Amino acid sequence: MAPPGILNRYLLLMAQEHLEFRLPEIKSLLSLFGGQFTSSQETYGKSPFWILSIPSEDIARNLMKRTVCAKSIFELWGHGKCPEELYSSLKNYPVEKMVPFLHSESTYKIKIHTFNKTLTQEEKVKRIDALEFLPFEGKVNLKKPQHIFSILEDYGLDPNHIPENPHNIYFGRWIADGQRELIESYSVKKRHFIGNTSMDAGLSFIMANHGKVKKNDIVFDPFVGTGGLLIASAHFGAYVYGTDIDYNTVHGLGKASRKNQKWRGPDENIRANLRQYGLEKYYLDVLVSDASKPSWRKGTYFDAIITDPPYGIRESTRRTGSQKEIPKGIEKCPESHVPVSLSYHLSDMFFDLLNFSAETLVLGGRLVYWLPVYTPEYTEEMVPWHPCLKLISNCEQKLSSHTSRRLITMEKVKEFENRDQYSHLLSDHFLLYQGHNSFREKYFSGVTKRIAKEEKSSQE
Amino acid sequence: MRLLTHNLLSSHVRGVGPRGFPLRLQATEVRINPVEFNPDFIVRMIPKVEWAALLEAADNLHLIEVPKEPIQGYEHNEEFLRKMHHVLLEVEVLEGTLQCPESGRVFPISRGIPNMLLSDEETET
Repeated sequence: MAPPGILNRYLLLMAQEHLEFRLPEIKSLLSLFGGQFTSSQETYGKSPFWILSIPSEDIARNLMKRTVCAKSIFELWGHGKCPEELYSSLKNYPVEKMVPFLHSESTYKIKIHTFNKTLTQEEKVKRIDALEFLPFEGKVNLKKPQHIFSILEDYGLDPNHIPENPHNIYFGRWIADGQRELIESYSVKKRHFIGNTSMDAGLSFIMANHGKVKKNDIVFDPFVGTGGLLIASAHFGAYVYGTDIDYNTVHGLGKASRKNQKWRGPDENIRANLRQYGLEKYYLDVLVSDASKPSWRKGTYFDAIITDPPYGIRESTRRTGSQKEIPKGIEKCPESHVPVSLSYHLSDMFFDLLNFSAETLVLGGRLVYWLPVYTPEYTEEMVPWHPCLKLISNCEQKLSSHTSRRLITMEKVKEFENRDQYSHLLSDHFLLYQGHNSFREKYFSGVTKRIAKEEKSSQE
Repeated sequence: MRLLTHNLLSSHVRGVGPRGFPLRLQATEVRINPVEFNPDFIVRMIPKVEWAALLEAADNLHLIEVPKEPIQGYEHNEEFLRKMHHVLLEVEVLEGTLQCPESGRVFPISRGIPNMLLSDEETET
């Protein structure tokens, strides 16, 4: 039994994608399971090797049942910058913590992974043999061992400069793998119902994790589209609601988004998507509704709001308008009889979203949404704020050379009182994001410049 | 549309405020759709339910066996929870209307999906 106050150290092997999104995902999940993020490493940055202190193996296992950013977790027994340091570190690891896994009745195997370098079979065997000093008393079983141990050698991140010797070597007991296989099994390629802007499966799970979604939660997406974000939350056991201003999308009507397909089939709607994955029981309802004019009664009943609002590029930003204001050539939904037209200024949309979240989230509930930015003008102060919501994380994903979107996660820390609706208008932040209202023009400005340049050079 | 959802919806016609709740429910087509019973979820929902609105809607749909109020110790009362599960989640209105009690404005429900869109003139500023 470890003395009180000493946390066990674990090694997380991270996947090398969505780099900025990884730390907030792990922190959110640890907090969800009663752990807290503590580590002896200063920065995580680009490395796939993270050493964390976690209070118990149970918390570590729960973490792995949710993460799509981490590939595996190991109970760390030793590490060093060279073999000698590793062996000495292993000799310092308390024997009583090793014995439960090495005793004579146990079976085990030792694997070796090298990162950014390939070793010959002979080199691998040599390294495993060098660990003979460890008190292994059990039998080796390569097929179905009770315990798997791993040596992990880190040869850096640059495939063009592979060092002779590793930067770091780790040795640990394998505990569990993460949920990266969800990315393939929930791939948009196989989904029955998709739209132009359906979210990549990996990112939708990351969003649900940033949102700390848990079993029996109610999760809401006010810009639900084809429901991709709801699927991730339903997979984690939450019951889901969605609204969208587009009648056809909510009903699953109209032109299909798949290449070579003209019209959507009868099996294409949000409910059918959940049914495809055996998650239909988590479908509560979807509604045709304008997110700027919500129809929910006063109260706090959403545990998380997870959404990807339209940026005005591939899908237009819209809200309902008045009969007198319809510009020509605007679509009118035949069954709703309400003109859906006015362009919705982006900054208004985000402040409506924050106000709505502050009002309807339970205390401690999270809002997770994408904020499009024009990179040359972006500053942190531009991120919309609200007195009831605390900023938890802000992760960038590049879209083009001069645009990106940021995944913003906020947590409700204060109950909503009516006057909060107006205080943001006094803030400089509101004015700063106003500039982004012309996001659509800025997004395309790069394109038109490039086309003009190409035309010019082809004429020369 | 489920009765749990109906219980959370309100009219946002200009000027009605809190008098926009609850919406008056009329149904021309209802389906009973079995959903896996999850007592933990139902227990979580009970405190959020506006009971009078639920009873009125259930009455409009001619449902029987609807508990009149949360009973003492409901967290462990399986019979109560199963009845609430049925009322809240297993009764789906496929075709019908929701009417704002204050303004009379009607919101249609078609294929189980309510359409809550209002024009600019109709909503609060």
